[in-house]
Amino acid sequence: MKARVTVTLKSGILDPQGKAIEGALKSLGVDGVASVRQGKVFDIELSGSDKAKAEAALKDAADKLLANTVIENYRVELL
Amino acid sequence: MKSAVLVFPGINRERDMARALKLASGNEAVMVWHAETALPKGTDLVVVPGGFSYGDYLRCGAIAARAPVMDAVRDFAASGGLVLGVCNGFQILCEAGLLPGVLMRNSRLKFICKDVHLRVERSDTPFTRGYNAGQVIRVPVAHGEGNYEADEETVKRLEGEGRVLYRYCSAEGVVDESSNINGAAESIAGIVSERGNVLGMMPHPENHVEDIMGCTDGRGLFAGLVAHLEKAA
Repeated sequence: MKARVTVTLKSGILDPQGKAIEGALKSLGVDGVASVRQGKVFDIELSGSDKAKAEAALKDAADKLLANTVIENYRVELL
Repeated sequence: MKSAVLVFPGINRERDMARALKLASGNEAVMVWHAETALPKGTDLVVVPGGFSYGDYLRCGAIAARAPVMDAVRDFAASGGLVLGVCNGFQILCEAGLLPGVLMRNSRLKFICKDVHLRVERSDTPFTRGYNAGQVIRVPVAHGEGNYEADEETVKRLEGEGRVLYRYCSAEGVVDESSNINGAAESIAGIVSERGNVLGMMPHPENHVEDIMGCTDGRGLFAGLVAHLEKAA
């Protein structure tokens, strides 16, 4: 089973990297970019086939390691 | 003072730290590998040194914070033991939940490697008793992620409880935007835990302890720890 965990910065947290990317896009002349926030994507392969168990394991992984919940939110998706 | 210095893959300041500890206390520090599950008997101080544990993968300090030895450090801190985290060590202590907040990317996105000035905010703690309150010291920093951030309430609490021990400042001791090298909230360079026994700081006091280093302003921190433990014993 394949899954994806997406980690993003909470709103209100300053994101200097996102700001730098935003500036670069504007200087490249990419039109209509209002703002950029950067984050992380984890593509994870799971060995079992129980969806509920998989979601619980992914949530556990995100809480324990993949995200720092002081500053980040995460979303778990089974693909 | 019996010190234990934690060693993780990618750490590179452990020897500087051990040298400073030996200089201050006369005792050889014990190096403790991250896979250990216990600290040496009779440890007075645990030090989490600087470097780039696990290549800063995922987030600075994130993987080291989950290493087996950190459970022993958590128990040690819970029983009132002294813990000092410098640079990557500060990041590791935050990730481990031993200190609040997080060290984010420097606001100007650059790795900063230079001497900075710090204002010692109070002298009545184990980590600052070698200094006077308000004293300005010069120590080096070397980090890309030292921008201390926490939610507004946490920062307010840190300030209200006097838990900010070191703050970035000018050579004259003025705390303002231009001396806040990395954009940290309230120019925070070092904070202690609620109980006051865990200190995390971004600058490297261990690199200013001998004349050959050009400055010995970092000595006070280690001398203060030794004096604190002698008084307690």
